[in-house]
Amino acid sequence: MLVDDVLEVVKKHCRIPGAEHFTATTDLYAAGLSSLTSVHLMLALEERFDVEFTDELLARRTFQSAEILADGIERLQAGR
Amino acid sequence: MSARGRPPGAKELLDEVHRIGREVVAPHAASVDQDARFPREAFAALKEARLLSAYLPVAFGGMGLGVGEIVGICEALGHYCGSTAMVYAMHHIQVACLVHHAAGAPYFQGVLRELADRQLLLASATTESGIGGDVRRSSCHVAPDGEGGFQLEKQAPVISYALDADAILVTARRAADAQPNDQVHVYVPRADTELVPISGWDTLGFRGTCSLGFTLKARGRLEQILPAPYADIHARTMHPTAHVSWGALWVGIASDAVNRARASVLAEARRTGAVPPTALRLAEVDVTLGTMRSGVRHMAAEYGELLEAGPGSFVADPGFPLRINNLKVATSKLLIEVVGGALMVTGIAGYRNDSAVSLGRHLRDAYGAELMVSNDRILGQSALMQVMRRDH
Repeated sequence: MLVDDVLEVVKKHCRIPGAEHFTATTDLYAAGLSSLTSVHLMLALEERFDVEFTDELLARRTFQSAEILADGIERLQAGR
Repeated sequence: MSARGRPPGAKELLDEVHRIGREVVAPHAASVDQDARFPREAFAALKEARLLSAYLPVAFGGMGLGVGEIVGICEALGHYCGSTAMVYAMHHIQVACLVHHAAGAPYFQGVLRELADRQLLLASATTESGIGGDVRRSSCHVAPDGEGGFQLEKQAPVISYALDADAILVTARRAADAQPNDQVHVYVPRADTELVPISGWDTLGFRGTCSLGFTLKARGRLEQILPAPYADIHARTMHPTAHVSWGALWVGIASDAVNRARASVLAEARRTGAVPPTALRLAEVDVTLGTMRSGVRHMAAEYGELLEAGPGSFVADPGFPLRINNLKVATSKLLIEVVGGALMVTGIAGYRNDSAVSLGRHLRDAYGAELMVSNDRILGQSALMQVMRRDH
């Protein structure tokens, strides 16, 4: 499942303590994701899934949870 | 698109302007620039969205928007094509002159309704050969024929998009024996106007404004003269409206330059997996852009408040024209600073004409801002005003 792979990247790159207990629906901002750390997360996701986030997807909402991120990445992959 | 007479929400309207910007204005920006041609595709779309009558009161068939909202449209258009945004801003200045100073006169009520119905595009002929760029003096004059009609001939070194406009607002002395600063503002439909080109428009930037020079010969009826003296129109409308709307479109140009710098930093981050050192300069440029944008929005709000308060408020606040001058000088300089800074971020990719982050057009447009109504002229006027001025 794409969402599981996304969650793995989130856990590894979001730079939030306790990230190993995150689930696909964990609210990443509530857990401590900031606009600074989300940059690292985005670059890691782009690398892992070989996609580039479009301007439209560079919004706060996109990074709300692993599940929502997986939706965005799926759309990027479909549009490739 | 909004239904006639029902103004859309501010957010909805800006979204629509950005959609037109992305889908129509941006795709033609390079050819408008390269061929120094009128942005006709952009204006077809703006007319279809009824944006040429956006500032008109709803009673005349317009959207009834305020200064802040118009300034927002100018800024949005500036993202996609500086020339398109500049033509829109110049048209808006003329519309504001009619709305503020002529809407009570029966002839102009007809003009305003026609403007909304047919989405007329208005141009301006203020500067005159032999006057040296001072729009508050004219040499040409209105010549009445004694039967309610007049003739007018003006040597205009610049009338932007004259050949694509539906009507032109012309400044002239009130009569043959009037002083150079005793001016009136005359509305002349293109159909009653003869335009003989005297100079072309092959410039570095803002090439699509097609600001050619003409000998303008017009005939009409005396009712086409705006009922207010031009001195008043200039102080309350032409001068402040010009500088807040130009400032806004310059913010749009600067903002797009910064977006291109951001795209280039992101591309570099993707390549290396780390945020590149140029991001620091990007952060710095964005500070300057923010200053620029705040200045324009602040003065647009201040102008909007003065308009609400009524004509007397302009006389009551002698610092206002000075602050408008300051805005123009500051914003035009900051535009060069922001676009130049963005170029340092993009590096050679921005210097290229054929890259996605090219800043060639932005740079060439940017250098026009200081020159159109020269900053030195404006500072010269401000210098005089400073002598009598005390801030409280």
